[in-house]
Amino acid sequence: MKRLPILVLLLWLCAMFYIGIFLFVGGFLLVRLEVNRTSTCGDVLLPGGQQGDFCQGQPRFRKAVVLIIDALKIDFARFDPANKEPRPFENKLPVLEEVTSSKPSHARLFPFRADPPTTTMQRIKGFTTGSLPTFIDVGNNFASSAILEDNLVHQLAEVGKRVVFMGDDTWESLFPKKFHRSLPFPSFNVKDLHTVDNGILQHLYNIMVSDDWDVLVAHFLGVDHCGHRFGPDHPAMADKLTQMDGVIRSVLDRLQNDTLLVVMGDHGMTDTGDHGGESQKETDAAIFLYSPSPLFPASPSQSDPEMVPQTDLVPTLALLLGIPIPYSSVGQVLLPLFPADSQTGGAPAGLSQTEALWINAKQVNRFLETYSSMAKDIPPESLSQLQADFSRLSSKYLSTVKEGRSPTPELVASLQEYLTSVRDTCRATWAHFNPAKMAAGIAVLACACVLCYVLSEMSSVLVRESGLLRVPLVAATVVGVCVAASQLFTQGYAEGSWCLAAAALSSEVLVLWRARRARKTTAAEGGEVAPRRGWLTLPRFLLTPPLLVLLLRCASLLSDSYVIAEGRVVTFLLFSLSLYVPFHLNWDGLLLPPVHDPLKPAGLLPSPVLSPLAVRRESSTFLACLGVLVGSLYLSLFFHGCREEQGSCQPSPFLSPLSRVQDSRLKNLHYILSLASLGAWTYLLRRWLRHYGNLNSPGGTVFTARWILPLLSVCLGLHWAVAATPEDSFRNLAELISLGQRALPRVAFSLLGVGLALLWLDPLTVFIKSRAATPVRGPVSLPPPRYRASTGISTQAELHHLIPQLYQRMRRSLEDGEPARVPEGGDRPAVEAYGLGTVYSAPVVLLCGLLGLGLLLLHPEGMSLSFLLLLLEMGALLQIHASSTTLKALQGAHSGGFSVPWTPVVLWSLAATQFFHATGHLPTFPSIQWAAAFVGFPSGHTGTILPASLVTLNTFSSHILFAVACPLLLFWPLVCEVRGGRGGRGGGGEEGEDNAIMEMRLRESPQQFSSALLQLATRYLFINGAQVFASVCAAAILRRHLMVWKVFAPKLMFEASGFLVSSVFVLVGVTLVMRVDVAVGRWFKRLLPDTSG
Amino acid sequence: MWDQEIRQMASSHAIMASGVFMATVVPAVLVPGFSVYGTHLLWLYSVAGAVAVVNITLFWLLGVSSPTKKHTITYKVSRLVRSCLYLLLSCLFFHTVVILYGAPLLETALETFSLAVLLTSLTTLRCVCVLGPNVQAWIRVFSRHGAMSVWDTSLQMVVGCSVVGAWLGAFPIPLDWDRPWQVWPVSCSLGAVIGYLTGLVAAPAWIHWHRKHLTYKIK
Ligand SMILES: [Zn+2]
Ligand SMILES: [Zn+2]
Repeated sequence: MKRLPILVLLLWLCAMFYIGIFLFVGGFLLVRLEVNRTSTCGDVLLPGGQQGDFCQGQPRFRKAVVLIIDALKIDFARFDPANKEPRPFENKLPVLEEVTSSKPSHARLFPFRADPPTTTMQRIKGFTTGSLPTFIDVGNNFASSAILEDNLVHQLAEVGKRVVFMGDDTWESLFPKKFHRSLPFPSFNVKDLHTVDNGILQHLYNIMVSDDWDVLVAHFLGVDHCGHRFGPDHPAMADKLTQMDGVIRSVLDRLQNDTLLVVMGDHGMTDTGDHGGESQKETDAAIFLYSPSPLFPASPSQSDPEMVPQTDLVPTLALLLGIPIPYSSVGQVLLPLFPADSQTGGAPAGLSQTEALWINAKQVNRFLETYSSMAKDIPPESLSQLQADFSRLSSKYLSTVKEGRSPTPELVASLQEYLTSVRDTCRATWAHFNPAKMAAGIAVLACACVLCYVLSEMSSVLVRESGLLRVPLVAATVVGVCVAASQLFTQGYAEGSWCLAAAALSSEVLVLWRARRARKTTAAEGGEVAPRRGWLTLPRFLLTPPLLVLLLRCASLLSDSYVIAEGRVVTFLLFSLSLYVPFHLNWDGLLLPPVHDPLKPAGLLPSPVLSPLAVRRESSTFLACLGVLVGSLYLSLFFHGCREEQGSCQPSPFLSPLSRVQDSRLKNLHYILSLASLGAWTYLLRRWLRHYGNLNSPGGTVFTARWILPLLSVCLGLHWAVAATPEDSFRNLAELISLGQRALPRVAFSLLGVGLALLWLDPLTVFIKSRAATPVRGPVSLPPPRYRASTGISTQAELHHLIPQLYQRMRRSLEDGEPARVPEGGDRPAVEAYGLGTVYSAPVVLLCGLLGLGLLLLHPEGMSLSFLLLLLEMGALLQIHASSTTLKALQGAHSGGFSVPWTPVVLWSLAATQFFHATGHLPTFPSIQWAAAFVGFPSGHTGTILPASLVTLNTFSSHILFAVACPLLLFWPLVCEVRGGRGGRGGGGEEGEDNAIMEMRLRESPQQFSSALLQLATRYLFINGAQVFASVCAAAILRRHLMVWKVFAPKLMFEASGFLVSSVFVLVGVTLVMRVDVAVGRWFKRLLPDTSG
Repeated sequence: MWDQEIRQMASSHAIMASGVFMATVVPAVLVPGFSVYGTHLLWLYSVAGAVAVVNITLFWLLGVSSPTKKHTITYKVSRLVRSCLYLLLSCLFFHTVVILYGAPLLETALETFSLAVLLTSLTTLRCVCVLGPNVQAWIRVFSRHGAMSVWDTSLQMVVGCSVVGAWLGAFPIPLDWDRPWQVWPVSCSLGAVIGYLTGLVAAPAWIHWHRKHLTYKIK
């Protein structure tokens, strides 16, 4: 068979998908590194440059009230007296206008521009840290949503200010235990307009008049929920805004002189009431600042900003309240709130404009230095420019202060300019989607999907084609280099992702073109090619039930409800498709033996030789396997976890580790159940291998199967026992227990490693037994046939697992000149090869079993039940596929060849997703099972690669198992062929009754073997790739959706990583099959030096 | 002969469809507070009952069912008993399948079983009426060459449409629209009934369209 071309082709296909994912994610997911340093009172350099405690000074304000009205758009806050017929959202907050016009030195209203993503959680992060949060803020708090970056709430608590919070409970998860007092209300139900607001109003005024607070934060959600539910242009919005107007009035009445009031929105909303994106309607909120004592210059002046960026709130509030600016803030103080330098004498306390700007610039510069030393995503040329600016400004400022002059307006202006350019640089790096890259990624992915489909349909043609990839690869390199050169020429630097995109697209288009040409030439030569389909018939062809199910699955990724209920959805689809299989068989009249009807017109059906008994037996096997499949599908539903969006959901009790179970009887029961399923896993695998005679030879693989597999499961059982032992009950054994916790998993890992290595080095499981005097391999005095090839006792059954044909060929080579027929007298062959019939599938099965045990080690104990279900479901799926193939073959409806139809492949891939959920995983970041990183390393790690890979293995364990076992779909019908007792498949017409040669058929027609293997792998890749494509489209289309950062973006990440893992392990499986093929080839060569070649 | 049979089928299907309509309209007039969503089980059973009565009466009058060879009372009684038994088993079968599809096991057992009753009245009852209590024949009908008369073909279509309708009816359940028809099992039973009506309309039309290509083996 062709090995290298297939592998290269598959690798190239995977690479196309990877490039597509990389491009899209690069444009869609904004990544930023979190800087986990905090500012302290000591490190704020005072204006003169001398050291001192910043927090000791007298701040401008002692207290502050921050009213956050979620989604308070600037249009809602403006008041236009000329507007006689206001729409529901217009002119509903007259209080703001009244106060600003009657007391111009006390109040101002500004547009308040948020940075995308304009979702509430990212915005809260933004206006408390002063930074530009992206979807992924890479820090060490991946597991929880708590903010670890320096922020206002932290700084306030550090200097002992009492922060009281009420409203949206998102704050509670972002700042756990940071508040002096906190009154959170549930925010999840978007349809609920009043719970949060009424909850706040019950307490707000009481707390304000009491003296138990310094900073009061109230986050109202009603306006936002009203927008999501009804849109802004609805009477309900008018009611809600009028209510807020009343709230602001009441708060104004209760303010004291040393208190600052901030009324602000966290983001705006579109005309449909949504937000999340970067259009101006979503980003422009309102901010209203008020103080009972004069705060601003008497009248709005030229220097007032037209628009306030959201990041600017953090340094302004910090300096007004006399606390250090949070470390990672990139904001700029709002100058109108600080007295100009000329009037410092008149102001009661606080910093002048230049002093505030100077502190701010120092802090921003310090952050920039720290960040650029940690991450390299800020372009170096702009970084060096900024640093040069800062050193120039600082020397200018310091000399001014030393000479005692008052700073010039130019200095103020250039400090402002410096701060603005820092913020713009950061924003360009962190806060913009890149639509061009997203589009390029989608295009590359779409092409890759089409290619996968085309390759899978034309695998038989393309396998014959040599050098399919040579020209496209060369062309891709040329195109990539050209793009790089032109970029260098025009822009001065080359961007790697664009070169990659151009190269990938050009090679994809070329391969498509070559495939089209190859089909034409084959058709011209009269080769067997599927009939050409016009564009009109294509939809009908694509909508066969398995592809329809795949289409439904992909469509379900576009709806947040279906993504939330994904586990159920996939089970539903899997169940539907598996019920379709018997209906389809029955529709074709293949499920039951045809009733012999004397009136049946002859010649209507080709009537092959078939025994009704065999058909009946095969159908009952089929139905039994369907029962097992349905049963394990249903039972697997009990192992699901829960998303936070699913209200009344209880996570599976098996998901919590055994050490957390309190009741000791329940604990024992769980342990015994887990142990039993672990034993069943091992037993079933060994039983299968033994049944097909793969446990006889003295090779490495057999050693693995006989010794390493059971040892591994013993290790696992012991590890669970040790891990579940409560530490206080055996005090004197504590050391032993901790040793066991460390050592047992490591032993298991090394056993796994040894087993995998042996499997790779010596994958053959064939055992030669010689009855005649000629010993072929191994000593003659082998143990008596204790490990029979078959469990059956009759000679007939035993013969089924031998390879008579091999025997014939061997006989031919050994006793030259003899006729090839088996002599009647010695009806047992002289040389028997045990396990040759399953020589390909045995290593794959064993690899799957070993990996399964290894992955189970990374899961909570209770999951072993789910893993057993996985094994059963795998077996049932394989057997259903094999039985339906056999049924087709028995009744002459099989087309021949080894090609695996779509239905089993779709079932296989859906089962992988189903068991992703049934092993307690969910496509959300909080549900990642971090405990997996500490299996065998209870005291933690030093690096990050090992824990990351352990967690990845844990998360995608079902993807891994199904991907590795994928080639079994090709082998299983051959393995089960013996049941029918008839070798009517392929070109084996002339063979006799006993000649079930199972997987040796693959060696007889290596061309068909190669094409079937290629087809299977491309089909599996296509199904997984189509799902990635669908979730990429979902993320791109719905990037404004309320749920994009909660549902679609995490789903995209999980789907993409799942594809990565699956594709790698599909390649591993295919490579293992090729390794076996090489070994079998060598083995034949050694046995039959003359005849095989 | 063809035209006559098709016309006969079309008119009987029209009667069956109007039966479903009557079962929706009449209780709405008679029972105060009746609505398809609000008092869903009442509607469901009235539709199931109407379908059952209309089907049994029509097929008995038409005499479509395979002629019995024996006419003894005991034989007829045993046929009747077996039919009832099969109907009951089919209810249990649908109940199990629906639960396997993901319906709650215990909380909504009554609703689930009602859906199973409805599905039985739409599908299995027609099988019993057309083919008699003969599972072998039922299985045979659902194969490519299994239809032996226009009634068998229409049986295939009506049963297929009802089941597919119920299957499609499950799709909107997980959506977060909070509509009254998303409550279990409203959408599924609505889907099944709509599918059934579609099948009733589609079967004669399809047979009429394809009457040139249809060949049946002699019964
Ligand atoms: Zn918000
Ligand atoms: Zn919102």
